[in-house]
Amino acid sequence: MITTQAVEFKVNGESHKLEVFPMARLLDVLREQLQLTGAKEGCGEGECGACTVIIDGRIVNSCLVPVAQVNGSEITTIEGVARSDHLHAVQQAFIDHGGAQCGICTPGMILAAIDLLERNPEPTEDDIRNGLAGNLCRCTGYMKIFESVVRACRK
Amino acid sequence: MRACVPNYHLTTPATLADALALLESEPGVWKPFAGGTDLMVLLEAGKLVHRNYINIWGLNELRGIEATDTYITLGALTTYTEVQANPILRREFPMLCQAASETGGLAIQNRGTLGGNIINASPAADSPPALLAYDAEIQLVSTRGSRWLPYQGFHTGYKQMHIGPDEMLARIRLPRNTADVKHYYRKVGTRKAQAISKVCFAAVGRTDREQIEDTRIVVGSVAPIVIRCVQTEDSLRQQKPDDETIRIACASLFREISPIDDIRSTAKYRSQVATNLLVDFLATLRA
Repeated sequence: MITTQAVEFKVNGESHKLEVFPMARLLDVLREQLQLTGAKEGCGEGECGACTVIIDGRIVNSCLVPVAQVNGSEITTIEGVARSDHLHAVQQAFIDHGGAQCGICTPGMILAAIDLLERNPEPTEDDIRNGLAGNLCRCTGYMKIFESVVRACRK
Repeated sequence: MRACVPNYHLTTPATLADALALLESEPGVWKPFAGGTDLMVLLEAGKLVHRNYINIWGLNELRGIEATDTYITLGALTTYTEVQANPILRREFPMLCQAASETGGLAIQNRGTLGGNIINASPAADSPPALLAYDAEIQLVSTRGSRWLPYQGFHTGYKQMHIGPDEMLARIRLPRNTADVKHYYRKVGTRKAQAISKVCFAAVGRTDREQIEDTRIVVGSVAPIVIRCVQTEDSLRQQKPDDETIRIACASLFREISPIDDIRSTAKYRSQVATNLLVDFLATLRA
């Protein structure tokens, strides 16, 4: 049996120091130790994007990141996207244009869309499809998600 | 069944020298762990057999892309995202950038590394066909020193490769001699994004007037390793890409590959697609 080790990282601007098993998945640490249940587990193998979070400015699948690898990192989860009672433009667009149905893929879709718009504020349709290609949705048929992102970048 | 994470060691050395010392001190006990995009999938499935890993993700000695007049050299931890962003790679090695862009989605491309793709040794990996077609060389390092070797021949069988238990892949370099070649890369999968390939084909070719000078033809997902099809290359050398040449080359390719039926495709489909892609590649040499 391996002993736990201390890791320190920031989540949504707040510092955390945790005792963890180094191979614990970041997804489980966020959900179970930090009670940040916005990131979802879908496939558990990097196919679906439901567990998407942003580490040091880049989207990742948190189910594929052992927590030892985020020591010293800054992480953004869906819980850190809105500012007080003010939703992010992408979140508002998902509400206004029906981009969320069951909601399981939504946190990942929104983070992938935010990441896309930060890197590329005026994406083409292809850029949007490519930016969301790692996020699967089984409800919407994608068009409403796509439309939500298009509307968000017009704001 | 999910793995029990308390059973797994993941130790984080401060430097590459520390990592190599650990590899050397207990041969075979420790293995490097890079971006985790393959190993964590096995962990979650309860199929990660090896228990002790060295977290190399933070080792800056294994990062960075550097160019001289003759080579572009990539650290083993270069991610697919970093590959796509590099202007020299985009200009001179477009197949590697295309392979990187077709590997997983962005979240995978931000974590997956070229070194991991090589050492994980999947015959369905996307970047090795491009690396082999560009005649890549790889650098292995250990406490004993370092050695460069051709990537061609590194893999010897399914998940088998010429690397000592104390060695780590540190760098990959590509000779900058692609100015007058045609590049042809096609990944055939179930879906445009996120799919694992059924067949992956990477080739470069040089022509002089109507005649093929030389080619390098590499196919993935059709054998226990990603294979360079040297007999097919030989059949094309100093030939005009006419119907007879193409027929002979396709027959040769068919003999060199040994695809199987598995969850992603069938042997028959893979053989047909591989030869179709060869015909398509040769058409680009004619154009």
